Amino acid sequence: MIQSDLNIIMPEIVLAVFAMLALIGAVYSSKDKLAPGLVWVTALVMTAVAAWIGMNGEGSHPAFNGMFIDDAFSRFAKVTILLSAAAVLVMSQEYMQRRGLLRFEYPLLVVLACIGMMVMVSAGDLMSLYMGLELQSLSLYVVASLRRDSVKSTEAGLKYFVLGALSSGLLLYGASLTYGYSGTTLFSGIIQTATEGSVSLGMLFGLIFLISGLAFKVSAVPFHMWTPDVYEGSPTPVTAFFATAPKMAAMGLFARLLFDAFGADVADWSQVIALLAVASMFLGAVAAIGQRDIKRLMAYSSITHMGFALMGLAAGTEFGVQAMLVYLAIYVTMNVGTFAFILSMERDGAPVTDINALNLYARKEPARALAVLVLMFSLAGVPPMLGFFAKFYVLNAAVSAGLTWLAVLGVIASVISAFYYLRIVYYMYFGEEGSELQTNASPVLWVMLMASAAVMLFGVINMFGVEGAAASAAATLLH
Amino acid sequence: METIILFAPLVGALICGFGWKFIGETAGQWIATGLLFLSCLLSWIVFLSFDGVTEHIPVLRFIESGSLATEWSIRLDRLTAIMLIVITSVSSLVHLYSFGYMAHDPQWKEGESYKPRFFAYLSFFTFAMLCLVTADNLVQMFFGWEGVGVASYLLIGFYYRKPSANAAAIKAFVVNRVGDFGFSLGMFALFFLTDSIDFNTIFAEAPTIAETQISFLWGEWNAANVVATLLFIGAMGKSAQLLLHTWLPDAMEGPTPVSALIHAATMVTAGVFLVCRMSPLMEFAHEATAFITFLGATTAFFAATVGLVQTDIKRVIAYSTCSQLGYMFVAAGVGMYSAAMFHLLTHAFFKALLFLGAGSVIHAMHHEQDMTNYGGLRKKIPYTFWAMMIGTLAITGVGIPLTHIGFAGFLSKDAIIESAWGGGSTYGFWMLVIAAAFTSFYSWRLIFLTFYGTPRGDKHTHDHAHESPMVMLIPLGVLSIGAVLAGMVWYSNFFGHADQIGKFYGIPVAEAGVHEESGHAEEATEEATGDHAAATEETHGEATADAGHGEAAAHGEGAGEHHAGFAGQPGEGALYFGPDNHVLDNAHAAPAWVKVSPFIAMALGFVVAYLFYIVNPALPRRLAESQRPLYLFLLNKWYFDEIYDVVFVKPTFLIGKLFWKRGDGNVIDGFLNGVAMGIVPFFTRLAGRAQTGYIFTYAFWMVLGIAALITWMSIGGGN
Repeated sequence: MIQSDLNIIMPEIVLAVFAMLALIGAVYSSKDKLAPGLVWVTALVMTAVAAWIGMNGEGSHPAFNGMFIDDAFSRFAKVTILLSAAAVLVMSQEYMQRRGLLRFEYPLLVVLACIGMMVMVSAGDLMSLYMGLELQSLSLYVVASLRRDSVKSTEAGLKYFVLGALSSGLLLYGASLTYGYSGTTLFSGIIQTATEGSVSLGMLFGLIFLISGLAFKVSAVPFHMWTPDVYEGSPTPVTAFFATAPKMAAMGLFARLLFDAFGADVADWSQVIALLAVASMFLGAVAAIGQRDIKRLMAYSSITHMGFALMGLAAGTEFGVQAMLVYLAIYVTMNVGTFAFILSMERDGAPVTDINALNLYARKEPARALAVLVLMFSLAGVPPMLGFFAKFYVLNAAVSAGLTWLAVLGVIASVISAFYYLRIVYYMYFGEEGSELQTNASPVLWVMLMASAAVMLFGVINMFGVEGAAASAAATLLH
Repeated sequence: METIILFAPLVGALICGFGWKFIGETAGQWIATGLLFLSCLLSWIVFLSFDGVTEHIPVLRFIESGSLATEWSIRLDRLTAIMLIVITSVSSLVHLYSFGYMAHDPQWKEGESYKPRFFAYLSFFTFAMLCLVTADNLVQMFFGWEGVGVASYLLIGFYYRKPSANAAAIKAFVVNRVGDFGFSLGMFALFFLTDSIDFNTIFAEAPTIAETQISFLWGEWNAANVVATLLFIGAMGKSAQLLLHTWLPDAMEGPTPVSALIHAATMVTAGVFLVCRMSPLMEFAHEATAFITFLGATTAFFAATVGLVQTDIKRVIAYSTCSQLGYMFVAAGVGMYSAAMFHLLTHAFFKALLFLGAGSVIHAMHHEQDMTNYGGLRKKIPYTFWAMMIGTLAITGVGIPLTHIGFAGFLSKDAIIESAWGGGSTYGFWMLVIAAAFTSFYSWRLIFLTFYGTPRGDKHTHDHAHESPMVMLIPLGVLSIGAVLAGMVWYSNFFGHADQIGKFYGIPVAEAGVHEESGHAEEATEEATGDHAAATEETHGEATADAGHGEAAAHGEGAGEHHAGFAGQPGEGALYFGPDNHVLDNAHAAPAWVKVSPFIAMALGFVVAYLFYIVNPALPRRLAESQRPLYLFLLNKWYFDEIYDVVFVKPTFLIGKLFWKRGDGNVIDGFLNGVAMGIVPFFTRLAGRAQTGYIFTYAFWMVLGIAALITWMSIGGGN
């Protein structure tokens, strides 16, 4: 019994063992000197595990009496998480090393956070849900304040920690309410009580608190306030990490919880999610216009994008989940490319994040500027870039679920948000003469940027098979 | 082979238009021209070897949507074959001519490249025109119809630095839209009635359509009449018939080879082609065809009167074109489609010749177009003079009366005038005879003003007048041969006996009397009757049989020189003549004074022109002064442009301005600007202010959020 359970969570175990062995090894050897190599090894291990999960996985396997579920949905999320985390790690190595930030703990903390995320998306019980969430959050708190001697970085870490604790409290309160009214922490048990009898108001309160706790993780309005500050304060590679894998994990957990545990009262949570989606889309779009710092801008951009992903979830249908997964996969790819560019922005060796620095960048580096243009168009949702199809998917899901008003609002928000993406393009191509931006010639960043832009352009052909995988993932979640 | 004819010009246009940068200007031009000559050669082979049986050559699957399923295929019948030779011959000659004419265009600066563009447009036009005439269904035809419209627009506005050229291009395009609207409505109506856009299906359904009522605008109408009228409105636009004719004279802003190709020989005849193509339908729409006759005759008269007083050499020929198109419509309107096609063919030759000749004169006179500045050019440009002379002899209809010997225009124009008589349209007959006199007058006036008398205008220009190069003279020569011989060669095919015409067009012919091929003909009759009986009810079959008897009786009473009549179902053969269509017989049996009348009119016109411009050149001025109101009326083209300007153009501009300034500017732009520059930034500032940086504010918002969600849920959801 225990043997087969362990087999199911083998990827997580492998990663955990790797993290612990590496930690011990590094502590007892040359410590930070090992870090650059460790980053690459970690990235490799994560990629290998992702490949292992992606190739090997088949069917649905509950483990530990349903506390942990391995199915197509969790595998889709895990592969996305691991690959994006590996990409971000690789991108950050040179940046951090040059600024003396690269400590051997960094890759290991990322691995631990990833293990937390993997548990999150596989959670089949409120217990495992919380366990995964906390493992992820604690690792992220530390990573956010990695630059110990910077006030901004420590402030970011502290803010994230305090507010994260608050959200954890909300989540726990919701979990206990749910447990109190259903008598079980297992998702399958919760949904059973809901289908057998009517859903009590207490349980709905529990649901709201759970949603609030998770909304904090995906930075949905009004639980988003930490996002801009943390994005700005953290070292840029960490920001890049924040913007990618954790979003996927939190949205995965969101979907898992809502469908597995509360799938019986879709009508109730659908309107709440729709409300969060609208608020996120509009606030993200409107607030980003005022930003001059590209990291803060990306923070608001991610809030808007999470609003769109939530729209897919709000549809409450299988197609909605599929749309959400496709949206996230595309979103993560776009963000990896964009942050690869942001990481390469510098002047006299110091990182630059002011968007005014982009003035007339296209004259100096036409190829990179073109790639950024593609990414910005894709983020704004301009066809034929992949970003358009991501938006089209969720809008389609909302309309077919009868939420036409939500889709209409989404389109309006998308129009508003197009402004600040296009402004970046405008600066690059038609801006005024100003101080010149230099870009780091790191080949890794260049490859990441170009690859991401190329995916946005050529992905329209068949989306590299993501569509089919997302469809089967969504199917397993709902049945 | 037909596919090559159709697509060779397109390939030429693409290579020349996009590829000249790689292969060079001259190579691009020669490739386009060479491909057209290939197309022309193949067209003649097709025309001469064609046996009259309609063929369908599929090219690709075209449209499949709901019950609409159709292929893109080439319909090859006699009508198509005629149009093929007309289009490709004139087009290839115009391509060749353009080498000379466009060599040093003063509109362009040194080193600017404009020639490949010109040739590409010409080839593209040819492709579109070929699409139009090879169409096997209405949409395909409409594609070509619009394609030639685009090409015409591009070529009229070819000198895009001239504001007048741009204005003329826009005018042509807009006026054609009015006609196209009618065409589209006609197309929709046919699809509505027959659930198909294929010609074959539509033709087969024509008798049914004729018995259907359709509600259109304010009343119930006979479907055949409505459809025929709507289609004719399309033809009016394209063929510059009265009311929609205003664009054609202005279109002369384009380079002269364009005028020759598009605005004389080919595109403007598309309307005539459309009416002939739809002959199975037209035969059932008597009111509509009466309207066509009336309008055609009026146009022929109107344009001829205006042509009398114009002084721009190209405008004279433009009005002449307008007038000749009126002739063709009269022939089509009275039901003598083959006569219309005959005039179309001969007109293409002599009108292209006149235009290219005029182009040669203009070229010689350094782009001077006003005839009052010409004079005495006969000896300076002798070849051009002789070509123009042949063209004039052809258009005025010089020949030996009561025989079939004469220039091309003599045979075809007389055929039309006799048909108008035969069709019982007295109005049409007299209008055309008067127009023939006017035609003769203004054509000779053109010749006398240009080539005779003393040189007028700028002396320097006259001194430097020179004969055009060979590339321009060869097309003139070839077209001259056509203008002389085309009528005599094909007279019997277009306007001979019914059996000759029937054989040419592949129309079944019914024999009424004893004939060499009686066995064969009887077979055809039996076949036709058999088809009827099988396809329709008993009563219908009887009705046709009665009609057949009547026809036979009519023949018996006839002159007795021929015994054949047209038979067959709508859609068999390239043209369809209804069982009660006796125009051909009546025309041939017309009294001698009818047959001689156009010749007399022509002679009269010539004599008056001779008096006015050779014997006493002061006479025209005196006449113009004594009849000043009439002169001004004609000079200003019956004030059509002015009336349209007041009735249509000005109000439209006013409405457009209203929508633009008030609707678009104030309402839409104002709304968007308000949102984008007022409301959104307001919220942006608000959002910025909310982001205080203090943890307690953030926590407060979270608590507020959860409180709001809980309240929402307790009030709205749950139980």
